Amino acid sequence: MTGKAERMTGARAFVECLYRENVEIIFGYPGGVLLPIYDELYDAHLHHLLVRHEQAAVHAAEGYARATGKVGVCLATSGPGATNLVTGIANAYMDSIPMVAFTGQVPSSMLGNDAFQEADITGITMPITKHNYLVQDVKDLPRIIKEAFHIASTGRPGPVLVDIPKDITTDELDFVYPDTVELRGYKPTFKGNAQQVKRAASVLKGAKRPVIYAGGGVIGSEASKELLAFAEKLKAPVTTTLTGIGGFPNDNELYLGMPGMHGTKYANYAIQESDVLIAVGVRFDDRVTGKTTSFAPNAKVIHIDIDPAEISKIIKVDVPIVGDAKQILGSLVDQVSECDTKEWLDKIATWKRDFPLFYVNRDDVIKPQYILEQISEVCPDAIIVTEVGQHQMWAAQYFNYKEPRTFISSGGLGTMGYGFPAAIGAKLGRPDKIVVDVSGDGSFQMNSQEMATIVQNNIPIIIAIFNNGYLGMVRQWQALFFEHRYSHTTIENSVDFVKLAEAYGAMGIRVTKPSEVKAAIEKAVEANGPVLIDFVIEREENVSPMVPAGAAINEILDLEDTQ
Amino acid sequence: MRHTLAVLVENKYGVLARVAGLFSRRGFNIDSLAVGTTEDPTLSRMTIIVNGDDHVLEQVMKQLNKLIDVIRVIDLGSEEFVERELALIKVNADANNRAEIIQIVDIFRARIIDVASKSLTIEVTGDVEKIKAIQTLLKPFGIKELARTGIVALNRGSKSP
Repeated sequence: MTGKAERMTGARAFVECLYRENVEIIFGYPGGVLLPIYDELYDAHLHHLLVRHEQAAVHAAEGYARATGKVGVCLATSGPGATNLVTGIANAYMDSIPMVAFTGQVPSSMLGNDAFQEADITGITMPITKHNYLVQDVKDLPRIIKEAFHIASTGRPGPVLVDIPKDITTDELDFVYPDTVELRGYKPTFKGNAQQVKRAASVLKGAKRPVIYAGGGVIGSEASKELLAFAEKLKAPVTTTLTGIGGFPNDNELYLGMPGMHGTKYANYAIQESDVLIAVGVRFDDRVTGKTTSFAPNAKVIHIDIDPAEISKIIKVDVPIVGDAKQILGSLVDQVSECDTKEWLDKIATWKRDFPLFYVNRDDVIKPQYILEQISEVCPDAIIVTEVGQHQMWAAQYFNYKEPRTFISSGGLGTMGYGFPAAIGAKLGRPDKIVVDVSGDGSFQMNSQEMATIVQNNIPIIIAIFNNGYLGMVRQWQALFFEHRYSHTTIENSVDFVKLAEAYGAMGIRVTKPSEVKAAIEKAVEANGPVLIDFVIEREENVSPMVPAGAAINEILDLEDTQ
Repeated sequence: MRHTLAVLVENKYGVLARVAGLFSRRGFNIDSLAVGTTEDPTLSRMTIIVNGDDHVLEQVMKQLNKLIDVIRVIDLGSEEFVERELALIKVNADANNRAEIIQIVDIFRARIIDVASKSLTIEVTGDVEKIKAIQTLLKPFGIKELARTGIVALNRGSKSP
């Protein structure tokens, strides 16, 4: 225990706890039961960003966490405020992002009585949080907050929710912040088992066709340097999943791009023909594996993961190593030597040449891939945040990512409306970076109210809307599998995005010609303020290539120009 | 396959819901569940009987281990163990058949814990088979009500896992 106990209210203690956890910013929205806490925030020495919808608060907290590696913090009131966090909490849970979500709750004496703005948020979020708490005694508040930050940020990271009844915020306690946490049921394995590391090294000894399949765990454990050293020592190619993008430099010749449904053909072919697959911080998502029974059929699988529950969950693993990816890759690199992969890398080079990612550019209509190439050229060091849909896949395919935490996207949950608020969090976490929200016209409308937030606070974000007047990804599936019956996916002319931006007081730019694309991006960068660019793109452009759902990942089709 | 799981958990509110949720989410029906405190009052022990696919169950056990409030998960099926359940059975009884019922109770080393003019309440302890057997024998008299505690189990020998 540190310091001598000071008498204070729960609300004051809440702020003190945030100080102790070095929280710089919280994303929130006030409400009745939060009044004592908001009164303390009035002159607290931490930044509170007022959003326009609680869903934006939770996504922004996640964007902040992903951009910085720190724990994201959000705050919402009881009832609807709390339930509005649910999607974002589920999103952080699926992608293992450290977050602490605080919710106000009706007074303890009224719990369970259907009080005004009461919702059982601990019950609701039980399956989508790493852990959650309902504070029952103000004396427990410091310990619970300490534990919440500890649980969120250690082991496999994830969201923790702390529900605080109103009376807890006004009750008094002798405030002492604990130095340590004692959780006898929570002891995550950090260091990989030395025997298993040795076994992995011996499996790799004879490898002729190794492939490293790296995911979000590499980003989460800050293991990208170790991954690069490991791949280069082994001379093994690397594919990164959607959440692993940035974990390996895209311009490295060992890089294969993304695997899976909209991955590169050569990444998929390489996985399928590999003799050793080294999976690092991944969970064999169905969008990566396709048909699991024919995934990497000839490979011995080494799986490095912090979560023992991920081992052999989807794919039978030969050598599991449970622990922190950075630590394990660091010790593995000392035990392996270069594999004889010359023939293998030659074969991959041939695939790269014969089956590249491609699109057919045009000068009369804007191709979405072209926009991303231009963004990559104008601001190569930008953080790209995406919504969910076609634009997300193009952003994963056509931007040249060089470092971790520069690609932020909703992976597991696939949450439309995620990107814009996440971009706000990313920008506040990394003010030195240009942040671009790559968006679709559908996704953007799910959280467009946050224009008010970025204008009021003058947060420089470039919103690049890839406007095709469709809910494009669903339309693509309808075109391919439902005879072009575009059932409820047409949203053309729903809003004039430029006027919308201007109504909020932001800069709006409409781009309809390919020749104007680059200049518009440059103008937006120069403006260094809230800017929305409405790119009117080829309406029925498909994301290509594509593995149909349920097929093996080498059954990958070109869709470009099939319309 | 039938599994008997012993789950040691923090004796706190909400733990049961967390544990039960991991089963229900996967469509697992819990056949039997018994919860009570242990020699350490801050710990509760859950004994859970489930039937299900081994691979899915392995996943459930791993997920149980991930719960912050779960201290340990033991699959008792992997070792020798003893299990017992207690049932209270209220059965129709009058002067004509009371003696016959008492005879059954004696054979099963059960006990009569309440007597009324038209019923008897019987307490019986045993494994699942024994409880099923006495239930079958009492059924012809008319079982009015039946309550079971759920199975509790410990592994054999001096080891405490």
